[in-house]
Amino acid sequence: MVAVSTAALATACGSGDPLSEDTGPGNDGGGSTTITVGSADFAENQILMEIYAEVLRGTGAEVNTEPGVGSREFLVGGLEDGSLTVVPEYTGNLLYYVDTDAGETTPDDVYGALAERLPEGLAVLDQAEAQNSDVLTVTEGTAGRYGLETLDDLGEVCGELVLGAAGEWRDRWASRIQELYGCEFAEIRTTDAGGPITIDNLDDGTVDVANLFTTMPAIQEHGFVELEDTRQMYPAQNVVPLVRDGDLSAEQRDALNEVSARISTDDLTELARRVEVDRENYVDVARDFVERVLG
Amino acid sequence: MIPQLIEWLTDPAHWRGPDGIPKRLLEHLYYCLVAAGFATLVALPVGLFIGHTGRGGTLLVGAGNALRALPTLGLVTFLYLVVGGTQTATLIGLVVLAVPPILAGAYSGVQQVDRRVVDAAVGVGMTRWQRLWQVEVPNAMPLILGGIRNAVLQVVATAAVAAYVGLGGLGRYVLDGIRAVDYPKVLAGALLVALLAILLDVVLSGVQWLVVPAGLRTAGVGDVGRRRPRRPARREVRGETTDTGGGRVDGGAGHGLRKR
Amino acid sequence: MTLDELGRYLGSPSNREQLAEQFGQHVYLSLVPLLLGLLVAVPLGWGAQRLPSVRAVVFGGASVLYTVPSLALFVVIPGIIGTRTLDSINVVVALTLYTAALLVRSVVGALDAVPGPVTAAATAMGYRPLRRFLTVELPLAVPVLTAGVRVASVSNISLVSVGALIGTGGLGVLFTEGFRTRYLAPILVGIVLTLLLALVVDRALVLARNRLTPWTRSTPGGAR
Repeated sequence: MVAVSTAALATACGSGDPLSEDTGPGNDGGGSTTITVGSADFAENQILMEIYAEVLRGTGAEVNTEPGVGSREFLVGGLEDGSLTVVPEYTGNLLYYVDTDAGETTPDDVYGALAERLPEGLAVLDQAEAQNSDVLTVTEGTAGRYGLETLDDLGEVCGELVLGAAGEWRDRWASRIQELYGCEFAEIRTTDAGGPITIDNLDDGTVDVANLFTTMPAIQEHGFVELEDTRQMYPAQNVVPLVRDGDLSAEQRDALNEVSARISTDDLTELARRVEVDRENYVDVARDFVERVLG
Repeated sequence: MIPQLIEWLTDPAHWRGPDGIPKRLLEHLYYCLVAAGFATLVALPVGLFIGHTGRGGTLLVGAGNALRALPTLGLVTFLYLVVGGTQTATLIGLVVLAVPPILAGAYSGVQQVDRRVVDAAVGVGMTRWQRLWQVEVPNAMPLILGGIRNAVLQVVATAAVAAYVGLGGLGRYVLDGIRAVDYPKVLAGALLVALLAILLDVVLSGVQWLVVPAGLRTAGVGDVGRRRPRRPARREVRGETTDTGGGRVDGGAGHGLRKR
Repeated sequence: MTLDELGRYLGSPSNREQLAEQFGQHVYLSLVPLLLGLLVAVPLGWGAQRLPSVRAVVFGGASVLYTVPSLALFVVIPGIIGTRTLDSINVVVALTLYTAALLVRSVVGALDAVPGPVTAAATAMGYRPLRRFLTVELPLAVPVLTAGVRVASVSNISLVSVGALIGTGGLGVLFTEGFRTRYLAPILVGIVLTLLLALVVDRALVLARNRLTPWTRSTPGGAR
């Protein structure tokens, strides 16, 4: 039930810790014999999932994967009910999920706030330097015509421009961008979350500005111009393993932290490109990365 | 859950602007009516022709069955990538899905007109044209309209799925709500889609009642009259039902054969 | 889109492994509801065929249910039965409901079609209602019932893909993944596998029907 699952999360936040004691029925992962790594349903996240799974296998653990679990709500729910052990997350969005009023934006602030506000039973390991954050982009033509380099520049001409973004953008950012940059778009069109529709619409002029993500290969391919977020509207989105607290051994946590220590934003872009442009399977791409970089 | 849903639905902010309920509802309705209209223009003449001449029926059955199994999401994503552009792709997809029920309704409607009635028409010297328009089409009306109703239901549901490839309409609430973990929005979208489907179905059943000749409504000609009362949307075609030893699938079983 | 691309896609062992898994999920998500729906529909249809009041309620409910679009039902189910919102169980429950709604009419139609003299003869031979139903009426209803089950199976198999929008796995994942990366190969493979699955299940149902109804085999032009 909808209300119940949200409520369950709220209770989990507030109450003691039924989760960390209870290994979860039907899950033999409580004692860490089997680890399940989950992911959201986009390529980069699936690659990260497989990288985590691969390094955990390296510690001798038996590891299953659950690619494409879907939204954050389900991933977090899966961790709470024990059906998942680890998921690759992004600090800013995860923080927003646990606290919609969070105002932190720098990597360390966001990470610190997360560690504090995560529901009981969940924990984040070390964050990576690698980020995949929201970015507003325009075509080269638009950038030239209006002289756009930063969101400050954009703020002056917003009234003439149409933004394309995922459905949730409006609720989360429309008032914020007005506050920070005085930007009120002529229209905000619902496209998708950095998918083909957003890109096509930006290309063909249906929208003038698009909300994309920094590691997307399409930004380079299409020569889109990223507008600098000088006032830090968008929070940091460092890659971070979100885990069930207490389910992983020290060795396993070290293995995941090693991934965070090694992986860079450029790596993310390159890995995503291999899947989305070269159409390699994400499992192969992930294993290759582990062999090359972490092996 | 219900209170939040009501709260969402009664929030004035959700009744304004490009993402407001009136706009989304009209978009949804627009795509559905255009697609169903196109599909009718294409499928009705073909269905009537095949039913009248009896030629090509087997082919039609096979094609209809295959189309029924075609997954909507696969169809719209495929069309988007091949044809390009949300509107063209989804309209083609919606038409493709609406054609089979209309075709089948028209075909089996004409096909199943009591042979004695047709023979009588021949006997009194009617031309083929007169026979089609004055005898076969009126007699087939319950099934023809049943097919259209069926197609409309399907299109309303499919248009919600087509929000995935960027179509506006009510499906937006469901998909955007899922992404944003905004359940009242998801439920409001689901409810509105279902209400629209039911409303259109009721309207069409009213049309059906008005258009179907009174004689078929009450007395019944052959088994057509027996089929009409509840669910005329029978899509089973001859070959399918004859092997059931004379028993027929109630029209209802054919209703909404392809749910979206 | 070239055959090359398709060959490359299918050439990757990792892709094939994932395909097999998604296919398995698809079979499970479409056929379990078919079976459950049938199990619900038979007793319901039995009741509806005997009692006009039950018939009115059941048929009315079935019609309304059938008007509700699948995507809508998938997301509303958790609110009604208290499952987790994005659980695949919701797809199973939703498709079970659709299947039952569709088959209950078939069951009633099938039972209606059993010739009166046959049931009368069975009664005269001392068959009690339950035994008569299970050994005489139900077997005779198989042909008509199968027609309904065939329709439901095709419908379920194509509907499961919509579940990909709420993260439940199955072949629909090929559509969303292919779309996101503008990759036609997985989409085509997904469509073809869905059609193949529908075809195979349909043939299997026809075979099963023919085995269950040996008396129809001699009928000219009967089994298709």
